[in-house]
Amino acid sequence: MKLVFERSVPGRGTAFLPALDVPEISLEAALREKRLRLPELPEVELDRHYTELSKETRGVNGGFYPLGSCTMKYNPAVNEKIAALPGFTDLHPLQPADSVEGATAVFDETETLLSKITGMDAFSLQPAAGAHGEFTGLLLIKAYHRSKGDFQRTKIIVPDSAHGTNPASAAMAGFDVVNIASDTHGYVDLDALKAAVGPDTAGLMLTNPNTVGLFDPNILEITRIVHEAGGINYYDGANLNAIMGIVRPGDMGFDVMHINLHKTFSTPHGGGGPGSGPCGCKAFLKEFLPGKDVPGSIGNMRSFAGNFSVIVKALSYIRTLGKKGVPETAKNAVLNANYMMERLKDLYPMAFEGPCMHEFVMTLERMKEETHVSALDIAKALLDHGIHPPTMYFPLIVHEALMVEPTETESKETLDEAIRVFREIYDEALADPAAMHEKPLTTPVRRLDEVGAARNPVVKYAFTEE
Amino acid sequence: MGNYIPGTPKEQEEMLRAAGYENFDALYRDVPAGVRLKELPDFPEGMPEMEVKRYMEALAGKNRIFKTVLRGAGAYRHFIPAIVTEITGKEEFRTAYTPYQAEISQGVLQSIFEYQTDIAELTGMDAANASVYDGATAAAEAVDMCRDKKRTKVLVPETVDPKILSVVRTYAFGRGTEVCTVPMKDGATDREALKAMLDEETAAVLIEQPNYFGVIEDAEGIIRDAKAANVKTVMSCNPVALAVLKTPGELGADVAVGEAQPLGLPMAFGGPYIGFMATTEKMIRKLPGRIVGETKDVDGKRGFVLTLQAREQHIRREKAGSNICSNEALCALTVAVYLAAVGPEGLINVARQCSSKAHYLAGVLEKAGLKRAYSKEFFHEFVTEAVDKEKAEAILSALEKQGILGGLPLGDGRILWCATEVVTKEEMDQTAKIVREVLL
Repeated sequence: MKLVFERSVPGRGTAFLPALDVPEISLEAALREKRLRLPELPEVELDRHYTELSKETRGVNGGFYPLGSCTMKYNPAVNEKIAALPGFTDLHPLQPADSVEGATAVFDETETLLSKITGMDAFSLQPAAGAHGEFTGLLLIKAYHRSKGDFQRTKIIVPDSAHGTNPASAAMAGFDVVNIASDTHGYVDLDALKAAVGPDTAGLMLTNPNTVGLFDPNILEITRIVHEAGGINYYDGANLNAIMGIVRPGDMGFDVMHINLHKTFSTPHGGGGPGSGPCGCKAFLKEFLPGKDVPGSIGNMRSFAGNFSVIVKALSYIRTLGKKGVPETAKNAVLNANYMMERLKDLYPMAFEGPCMHEFVMTLERMKEETHVSALDIAKALLDHGIHPPTMYFPLIVHEALMVEPTETESKETLDEAIRVFREIYDEALADPAAMHEKPLTTPVRRLDEVGAARNPVVKYAFTEE
Repeated sequence: MGNYIPGTPKEQEEMLRAAGYENFDALYRDVPAGVRLKELPDFPEGMPEMEVKRYMEALAGKNRIFKTVLRGAGAYRHFIPAIVTEITGKEEFRTAYTPYQAEISQGVLQSIFEYQTDIAELTGMDAANASVYDGATAAAEAVDMCRDKKRTKVLVPETVDPKILSVVRTYAFGRGTEVCTVPMKDGATDREALKAMLDEETAAVLIEQPNYFGVIEDAEGIIRDAKAANVKTVMSCNPVALAVLKTPGELGADVAVGEAQPLGLPMAFGGPYIGFMATTEKMIRKLPGRIVGETKDVDGKRGFVLTLQAREQHIRREKAGSNICSNEALCALTVAVYLAAVGPEGLINVARQCSSKAHYLAGVLEKAGLKRAYSKEFFHEFVTEAVDKEKAEAILSALEKQGILGGLPLGDGRILWCATEVVTKEEMDQTAKIVREVLL
């Protein structure tokens, strides 16, 4: 596909503005000397360029998207229409309060409903993504301990199965990270946890169900151990889709958490954002929340109050689901995952026994040892069948991992077809392992040289003249 | 019912049995009984689409849309061509995941590569990333880029948007960065004061161009002073102004950041917005977030991939420079489409119209009795001198009655005004008339 700059012809374009209706001024300032090179093309060409790009972009509308940990559920059309209403989009964030009572109500109601779903007492909707919410929660933990004069609590405990953002967020918040091993069932190793806690423990970061798709049955014991040591329990809400309306993080012993609106609450992924990562907490941490005009607040995570349009979509979704729809969503997410797991486990070794929650992890370790066909090869083979691969090589505690999360918005037919394809690829891999390294064959481009890309990074178009 | 689950209750029962379970409870057997919810307490019932739409429309209806907006301060009303929302509304772009599977994500990857090119071009820098959350977090992340073991302090002039300063301070609470403010003089950074504060512990100076008060800073002088002291400069810029003002690249800044909301995104009550970040060749491996690079596939075909991933959280975990994962990809697409739609002449025209209209507004307000507080040149925002607070409130109130959102009151009787290309001469004349009436 041509780059938009390669379609550019000097002098082409559309003028959108009327003539200037006031005298033109020349700025008395140091002006730009280098010519500004942006694309110059007529609207019809622009339209065709992006149409071509959209044809090589895979949305949820293009088919099954079983990415573990990402919750690629259907993004309802009505939420897009609502978020696009001028009464939501044409508001300046610094308008007087009495002119934005509707927007204020969106924030208040979302905070209230998220609190009820999670068992938290308060939320800040300011964080713009999950990792941002994690960073926020960790700063709350830091502020809390400092307010008690507890400056020696410098460590955050993180299981080795945790998503990379967990330790990265802890480091950004100025903590040292203590990694503890998971046990052979994929659960938190209680002995390792007991050995790791102490007077220097600021807290624990955990997700439950965990990153291998299992509900840790020892959860109450885990959070108790940390509390007893004076630590605070942080809940990574990425897997909330499995348990919302069934059990609440606040009841499992968690004190602070984040939610990914772009996972659990159906707002679209946008190719990598915008998301929204609300941070919720129990009452004793409330005074530290960002984006609120209170004395103890840690400050602000970003300018203004949050990713408002994303929050509007999430609120609309929550109101659609309601009291019964929320747990029903979780149950069917878990059902779909177990259904797929049951239908694949005779061929694909599962990392852990079921029942799983909303996702399950397969391991291609034995296949790799015996045939040299890896998880990557299987994933690339799926591309030729029009199925987006599951998450690869995560969590780190499972070798050659493929993590499958169907979500609740997929029909039995879609799941059956995906199962059929997975089984076909398995047989193919055993029959002709060498051929698997060549996949995909039918995609717009085939395997790309990532090593070369990193060695000599080319991160922008090279214009032909300077 | 309204819950997007395809299977009927009967189909769900069949699938349960096929999976080997008696009922849904069996799936949740590991959840301790004592914490299992019977139901969500005190929660509203679900609503079918027609009701939800009505409910949310009512909330939207409780917000007031001003006919005329003369307020900026970090969020700007600009003209958004229809083609922008047409293209960014495509379901493929809207609902795609992060392009980790490059073979089927060339559309997203190429669009980010084009966006990165646009940002590098606007800022005059060597390399840009795929975006961060907003301009304020971009500034905070850029400060982190400049830190090392010895240099852990950042200098922030009082002319920088207080929201940016607040976010920098919040991030600094995490990293332990020392944040020192630099006084201002006549609406601009006090260069002499800044020079005196540059020392061996200073990692960076953060300046805003134009600054919070709309004033155009002496960026050239500031950067020269910083370089002489081996201190880096982070320059936060309005992207429309970059069409006409000397760029961070031309000035020798180390990191260029800013809020790209003015480039095709609605004001949307504060978000989602998009922070752009661009830097020199030397510092590219310190950039946070995703970066798309060009490469070839096994057949020699040009393609694009996420690159330099060894900087990021999923690989380096606690050793990553930043924790950022999801960014503002669809907003980056919006910016790229907007820039391709208006083109270079179009953006220069927007900048020209904004600054000309703002200068006109300043002129008619002065004639109405409201003079500028600062004498230095400004781009498209300016501050009027302090009047007593009741007068300032009365002015803004009178304007609001006529559907005009006036400048932002700064709390001490000063008002921060803005004019963009969408404001007409008539609206500005009407504004001045109302102001004169209040001041009489």
